[in-house]
Amino acid sequence: MFEQQLFNGLTLGLIYALIAVGYTMVYGVIELINFAHGEVYMFGAFLCVTIINSLGVPLFPAMVLAMGLCALMGVSIDHIAYKPLRKAPRLAALITAIGVSIFLQNIAMIIWGSRPVPFTRSAVPAAFSEQAFALGSVSVSGLQLFIYLFTTAMMIGLTLIINKTKVGTAMRALAQNATAAALMGINVNRVIAFTFALGSSLGAAAGILVAMYYNTMSATMGYNAGVKAFAAAVLGGIGSVPGAMLGGVVLGVAETLGAGYVSSQYRDGLGYAVMIAVILLRPSGLLGKSVGQKA
Amino acid sequence: MLSMTDIHTYYGSIHALKGVTLTVNQGEIVTLIGANGAGKTTSLMSVSGVTQPKQGKIVFLGEDITKMTTEKIVAKGITQVPEGRMIFPRLTVRENLLMGAYLRNDKDGVKADEEKVYELFPKMRERMKQHGGTLSGGEQQMLAIGRALMARPKLLLLDEPSLGLAPIVVENIFEIIQRINREGTTILLVEQNAQMALHIAHRGYVLETGAVTLEGPAKDLLENPKVRSAYLGLD
Repeated sequence: MFEQQLFNGLTLGLIYALIAVGYTMVYGVIELINFAHGEVYMFGAFLCVTIINSLGVPLFPAMVLAMGLCALMGVSIDHIAYKPLRKAPRLAALITAIGVSIFLQNIAMIIWGSRPVPFTRSAVPAAFSEQAFALGSVSVSGLQLFIYLFTTAMMIGLTLIINKTKVGTAMRALAQNATAAALMGINVNRVIAFTFALGSSLGAAAGILVAMYYNTMSATMGYNAGVKAFAAAVLGGIGSVPGAMLGGVVLGVAETLGAGYVSSQYRDGLGYAVMIAVILLRPSGLLGKSVGQKA
Repeated sequence: MLSMTDIHTYYGSIHALKGVTLTVNQGEIVTLIGANGAGKTTSLMSVSGVTQPKQGKIVFLGEDITKMTTEKIVAKGITQVPEGRMIFPRLTVRENLLMGAYLRNDKDGVKADEEKVYELFPKMRERMKQHGGTLSGGEQQMLAIGRALMARPKLLLLDEPSLGLAPIVVENIFEIIQRINREGTTILLVEQNAQMALHIAHRGYVLETGAVTLEGPAKDLLENPKVRSAYLGLD
């Protein structure tokens, strides 16, 4: 029982982590909590299913296409809504982010309706619903295994981009000192756009995985997932990418264990209780840097 | 090489530069001295395109750069070492240097220039893999200068390189500035330490509340009674 819950929690946690890195990267470069990120996640799921249903594209290419479209969507959100507010007080951008979130939710309702929509079962490989392997009493489905492998590959890819490429180094430089980054000739807006593209495509992937996992999606699904992933990012230390990954996994596991051992009605509350406990003991989060010296 | 003509720059409603005019010729070290709040940093930020002037004209190598983005200006050959050094604290020394070469695509040239920076500042080679934030103040200033040199600038803007450093370190930094100049880089140096600045500069400008009030060869400014009493604390 415990081991099974752990594996289920890991599934959920890795998905939270995938959304959380989008929050934390954007916060890192422009100090904005991008509340519209949950809606990009939701659009990812709907776009993927729409591409499958209306164009007859198979699952994996549809997934890649939806991720690409969402990357474009993230860049457009930044360009239209946030870029004009770059020098405005952060509160103005924050309120704008909430506005963009509501706007996108309503657009989704107009396009796809306000009722939950199932994921196209016929597009999902049969192996995903079968047991992939069993470890003692633990049973892991094909989809769960895919989620483990896919999210891990994405996280490794993201870590390599951030740490080993020029644009990744520029992202970190920008997060540490925007004026100095500009003085190096770094095109700050282009690096910010790149950050949005990366985070949004990962968020879209998470939306698709969740919709497949629970076999449902709705225009409002981004709200809850968005708040959870934001909590995960804070838990890990906002601005820290490894922190967001760890925070997501911790939150997912805590929530699933809580649901299994205490009561499934309190699952959200238990997840947040863990977050609050961590923040009380370590205000900067698990892997966050203590603020104060922004040299 | 560089000329600023009647530059007016505002911060919101604050009129920070009230018609600054100055020139820098190829091969020179020109210093801009003045008190806190006189507009020295704003002058450099106007040249770099970080705070764009409302009025006036900045020409570099015959080209109007007044309205250009910082990215373009760096590409044209003007790099700034900002006040307070502004190194990237959680990038390694090497990553800091490579960010200086952000706009360059000539890998071999960048490699050669990195080697040059290590020759100029042997400490940087030792600390290559350390985070910038772990360096001492003097080392951070060396890193900031090294990082700017990685852009292979034609004109180097230096904002208060002596700030907060021990006198012996300041002397070392100023020697290096002279060496960089001898090797062919033109320098515009902003300093509160007027004594040091005027000793290494060819020419100087005195800035007071957003406008140039005195200018001339550095030697003459050192002798000028007004400069001696107001900026050098002599007489």
